[in-house]
Amino acid sequence: MFQHMPLWPDSASKMSGHVDELYIFMLLVTFAMTGLIFAGVTIFAVKFRKRKGRHAEQIEGSTLLELTWSVIPFGVMLIYFVWGAVIYFRERTPPQNTAEVYVVAKQWMWKLEHMEGQREINELHVPLGRDVKLIMTSQDVIHSFYIPAFRIKQDVLPGRYTTMWFHATKPGTYHLFCAEYCGTQHSGMIGSIVVMEDRDYMAWMSGSGSQPLAVTGEKLFSELGCVTCHRSDTQGRGPALAGVFGQPVLLEDGRTVTADENYVRESILEPAAKVVRGFKPVMPTFQGQVSDEQLNALVAYVKSLNQPQAAQGTVAAITRQP
Amino acid sequence: MATAAVVSGERESYLNAKYGLKSWLLTVDHKRIALLYLISITFFFFIGGFFALLIRLELLTPAGDLVQADVYNKLFTMHGLVMIFFFLIPAVPAVLGNFLIPLMIGAKDLAFPRINLLSWYLYMVGGTLMIYTILAGGVDTGWTFYTPLSTEFLNTNVISAALAAFVAGFSSILTGLNFIVTIHRMRAPGMTWNRLPLFVWAHYATSIIQILGTPVVAIAIVLVALERLLHLGIFNPALGGDPLLFQHLFWFYSHPAVYIMILPGMGIVSEIVCCFSRKRIFGYKAMALAVLGIAVIGFLVWAHHMFVAGISLYAALVFSLLTYFVGVPSAIKVFNWTATMYKGSITYQTPMLYAFAFIGLFTIGGLTGLFLASLGIDVHVTDTYFVVAHFHYVMVGGMVVAYLAGMHFWWPKISGRMYPEGWGKLAALLVFVGFNLTFFPQFVLGYMGMPRRYHAYPPEFQILNVLSTAGATILAVGYLLPMVYFLWSLRYGAIAPANPWGAAGLEWQTTSPPPEFNFENQPVVTWEAYNYDEIPEPEEVPVAH
Repeated sequence: MFQHMPLWPDSASKMSGHVDELYIFMLLVTFAMTGLIFAGVTIFAVKFRKRKGRHAEQIEGSTLLELTWSVIPFGVMLIYFVWGAVIYFRERTPPQNTAEVYVVAKQWMWKLEHMEGQREINELHVPLGRDVKLIMTSQDVIHSFYIPAFRIKQDVLPGRYTTMWFHATKPGTYHLFCAEYCGTQHSGMIGSIVVMEDRDYMAWMSGSGSQPLAVTGEKLFSELGCVTCHRSDTQGRGPALAGVFGQPVLLEDGRTVTADENYVRESILEPAAKVVRGFKPVMPTFQGQVSDEQLNALVAYVKSLNQPQAAQGTVAAITRQP
Repeated sequence: MATAAVVSGERESYLNAKYGLKSWLLTVDHKRIALLYLISITFFFFIGGFFALLIRLELLTPAGDLVQADVYNKLFTMHGLVMIFFFLIPAVPAVLGNFLIPLMIGAKDLAFPRINLLSWYLYMVGGTLMIYTILAGGVDTGWTFYTPLSTEFLNTNVISAALAAFVAGFSSILTGLNFIVTIHRMRAPGMTWNRLPLFVWAHYATSIIQILGTPVVAIAIVLVALERLLHLGIFNPALGGDPLLFQHLFWFYSHPAVYIMILPGMGIVSEIVCCFSRKRIFGYKAMALAVLGIAVIGFLVWAHHMFVAGISLYAALVFSLLTYFVGVPSAIKVFNWTATMYKGSITYQTPMLYAFAFIGLFTIGGLTGLFLASLGIDVHVTDTYFVVAHFHYVMVGGMVVAYLAGMHFWWPKISGRMYPEGWGKLAALLVFVGFNLTFFPQFVLGYMGMPRRYHAYPPEFQILNVLSTAGATILAVGYLLPMVYFLWSLRYGAIAPANPWGAAGLEWQTTSPPPEFNFENQPVVTWEAYNYDEIPEPEEVPVAH
């Protein structure tokens, strides 16, 4: 038991080292402060213990001292705040051109689908040294995607997408935990993240022969009849979708929203919620007709329309560029 | 012991003023109601503690082998519900606050004695619903009732558990209301706001949170019940609801509720540190303002429970910053307690030992809270054992330790008997050692990444879990001991004089135990709180034989 007793988690992503640095800084401050208080209490308790002939000396207080021990701790706390906020800001803003993996959580498993079409359950293979973004949703309750070795965690909600990203820096197999209590087998909703050297990753990728997610999406796009209105020219009853993803969209009610994954998803399930200016709310809802996996494929397809040469089969090659 | 002889015998007190079960169950005496609460919360404390022990036993080994997953989930849910709603929230206000506030301000009773009794009955109705929930098979939502898990995906006793918390909440609201009116209207002549003991200030701040926060969680809980029964679509996204809305409503109360649990404890520690240092408090005004500041700012930090839940980046930044503002008054409290001891004349009776423990453990609990307020760290450690360790340092290391400090300090006043000092010190030591052994390893586990609420866990986490379980057994002994010797002292303890510690405060100027209407004559206050320069030190504290 003792030879296997780590006291510190693996550090395997670009971000994990930064989180550790802040954590160590905070630990040092905490030890210093706790030491100060413990020493103060102990020294006073011993030095000023009751003795014959000596009486307590009454002291009103001292505004100067009180200000000192308000302002200095607050200054330290502001360092905590800014430093933590900088890390958080980087964690919450994914870089451009990431590899993308769609995650569907359900009681009690993780379903993962790569842009290239590979599907996995409770195990995610990712390349070393590349930015990977996870686009996540849940089929039932709230879960939370947690990779301790990367120091990141994000709740996964039903009815919307949440995202997270990481950049693995050390090959190996790491824990994947569900961190939000989700019912009976919550502690069984675990898996692993396998970080592979680029060559091994390519070999693993090419093994499956599955078709890219955007291609699946494109097929759905025509099977579901989306293509009849959302035509690539501007004559359709719905807006053309090429080049739309990631851009601001002006709505009928005057608001402007960004066409992100959540907007595309909402527009499929609740088309009347945010109608693009110049169009009528004529689209039927697809609530209950498309699964979360199919929605992911459709989102991936809409995204792929931003690439000029986004013809069938080339999507995978494009998304694989660093 | 000359003093003991004077007060012994059949002197009339609130305990023997009336006889019979009815005189207790229909009493409107705040002191008797405090005792009714004491018995009830002690009962729930040991139920909650029993669940905790089972949790720790399950976690002794990595595999989920003692109980099934569903049972484990029920254990931590009911541990949380019982401990928070039926022990921690009412413990100090409803027992010690109820008993002491009228005595401390020189009043005959609370402003609304019958409402006070109603509070206890509401608590008992809620408690009965909780017991029903346990006996009917339990509930496994987690004490947080997160939707849509609680509304659509579980078949356990969610409604009765929600109702239990709901009813107990009204008990808490009424207690808070009663305290606020009492503190405003019932102070003895000369008892100005600047002369109030900090214990009273702490309860004033607590009461504000109770009456402003509790209705919101009551609404949230009712909405959960309605969504379960009628499928309203408030929180369930499949029906057009928003699961994060529930989290906002829930934490709007449940974060300030943390201060409901800790502020009264701070009040206790202020009284005790002054008494056993023979000193006035260092910086009275700052200490009073600090508890009010914590209560007010505490309402503005709730979304720090939601940094990874899917709130916006900017909301997270704002709530992180606001959370640090709570840190300042908390720091003032700790430093001022320490400074109060400076140049004192310190003795180490049991209440003071607990107060030492409180200052140390609350410091660790507070400082680790600052880790969680930092966004970059919170993303990694939220929902892990780091959080579990942090809030147990505040709730158990802080609140339960303060409660025990207060129980030992005022036990002579409440019962008229002294507890055995040697056993008291031993129990305090066991609590301190057991507590740290239980919860310190959990900080390490949390940073290593062990998620909370896990029935089974990977083997590399085992050794720290074994330490934690070992600590829990020591802690259990530390809690059982006072239970035994307090009961023992009722019969065999030395008779307590009116003021065994030589303490300041009006409650020590009446007899132990006090008469039914607290004071023989209406007290008039002409001194400031903690006037220890005017009070002679006690010659010798009477001891049990």
